[in-house]
Amino acid sequence: MSVLKIENLSYTYNEGMPGATKALDNVNLEIEEGTFVGVIGHTGCGKSTLISHLNGLTKPQQGAIYLDGKDIWKDYKDIRQVRFTVGLVFQYPEYQLFEETVYKDIAFGPKNMGLKDEEIDKRVKMAAEFCGITKEMLDASPFDLSGGQKRRVAIAGIIAMQPRVLVLDEPCAGLDPEGREQILSQVKNYHLTTGGTVILVSHSMEDIANYADKVLVMDSGKVYKYAPTEEIFQDAENLSKMGLGIPDITKVFLKLREMGIDINTDVYTIPYAIKTLLKYKDKNGGAK
Amino acid sequence: MLKDITIGQHFPGNSPVHRLDSRIKILVTIAYVVFLFLSNNVAGLVLNVVFVLAIYGLAKIPIKMLKKSLKPILPIILFTVILNLFFITGEGTPLFHLWKINIYKEGIIFCIVMVIRIICLISGTSLLTYTTSPIELTDGMERLMKPLELVKFPVHEMAMMMTIALRFIPTLIEETDKIISAQKSRGALLDSGNFTDRVKALVPILIPLFISAFRRADELATAMECRCYHGGKGRTRLKQLKITGNDITISIVCVVFFAVVLATRFVFPSLI
Repeated sequence: MSVLKIENLSYTYNEGMPGATKALDNVNLEIEEGTFVGVIGHTGCGKSTLISHLNGLTKPQQGAIYLDGKDIWKDYKDIRQVRFTVGLVFQYPEYQLFEETVYKDIAFGPKNMGLKDEEIDKRVKMAAEFCGITKEMLDASPFDLSGGQKRRVAIAGIIAMQPRVLVLDEPCAGLDPEGREQILSQVKNYHLTTGGTVILVSHSMEDIANYADKVLVMDSGKVYKYAPTEEIFQDAENLSKMGLGIPDITKVFLKLREMGIDINTDVYTIPYAIKTLLKYKDKNGGAK
Repeated sequence: MLKDITIGQHFPGNSPVHRLDSRIKILVTIAYVVFLFLSNNVAGLVLNVVFVLAIYGLAKIPIKMLKKSLKPILPIILFTVILNLFFITGEGTPLFHLWKINIYKEGIIFCIVMVIRIICLISGTSLLTYTTSPIELTDGMERLMKPLELVKFPVHEMAMMMTIALRFIPTLIEETDKIISAQKSRGALLDSGNFTDRVKALVPILIPLFISAFRRADELATAMECRCYHGGKGRTRLKQLKITGNDITISIVCVVFFAVVLATRFVFPSLI
């Protein structure tokens, strides 16, 4: 069963004013429980608007969002519960830290849920572990940490609420490759351990290719394609034309094909590339 | 939400109002406020309303904006009306009498006059920021206050502070919106509970906001230093303010208008 269902969702900024922009145009989507969904698209294609609908920060102008088959806006009082179920990590989440210690900041979400102290303690420690936050860091002020550490604290703040759906808006923006890798593998780890649904918005095709089970490609407020990752990359040429950066390894295979080699171009990870090459070699009797 | 605040917003355009020298615009705005409160009769008030509407038309600012900018001051208008309605005592018998409350004809008239004045005041002064970019605005102010340099008043520094403050209003509003969304996502309750709860709920918003404001200030200072900013001394301008034919025409029209408004004081009977 799908955990989130989006139906005919449209949203226009500055409606009825000069400079009105349609951010979402009749979006229909179903996200199955337990999938790792990558969302990709141009700047201004409606990604951020879409995800702010998912936990009820933005009220749909048209259409509806269903969480477990229930319209999230049916009862206004339930909207807070929706936010605990669908945890949203914003872009540059480190700017929302405010407590004296890292521990207290991570505990802010669970505290708002009205949990008991022991439960809060348990969750903070669990979230800290997932995000690679050490015991010493928990007692430090969040403002003394480095950028990457702050980011992880902010993500831990959401994970501590144990949301069934974890939504991350560009969690790696502005981080070095090591920081990216760290955060993404921690998110993947969370996904595998808890079996929760993860929705990852990113500009980097590479990241999405490496981590997502399914990919949602958005183009000017519409769903361009929502399919399993390997299917998306069969379409690599079109993605490239849309101006979306495709993984380097896919580019290599597109080039090979251009050179007249009959090979599949749905390659998006290195291991898969090796497999495809070997298959090609077998088929052609090791000629090339 | 917060983004709906329109006071201080700029609407780029190329109307005669937009092109008007910012110094003249500031002076006209000040004069307009003075004459608005000098007009105490029917004709004067009508003229003021017509004047504002005419400029809105000339500057092609949608009337919708006017409505939007008036919305936040509705409580002030209501407060003025209620206060004046009940506390102004006139001659003769009150029109309405209930226990200790007396409403006089003078009170009602005064209310109407005040409401018109407040509306004109807000819509007239908003026009200044609607049609002038913050940079032009502070440029004009700096030039107008130049004489104060004789008494060692830091005119340029003040103008620069104004520019920076104006520049950062939209940025900080956007930032506040973002922080509110982020804390709401963590289940923060912002619009319920008693007074102490609400004040406490502001902490998670204000602390990140202040930190980011300081961070921005720091970055801006570095950026300015990198471009060798060293205050107003010896600084030249990219855009020189020059008086053009358009400026002279509009100035004359405004002076005539103000003279007529003043004249109505002597011709028509005062309402208040």
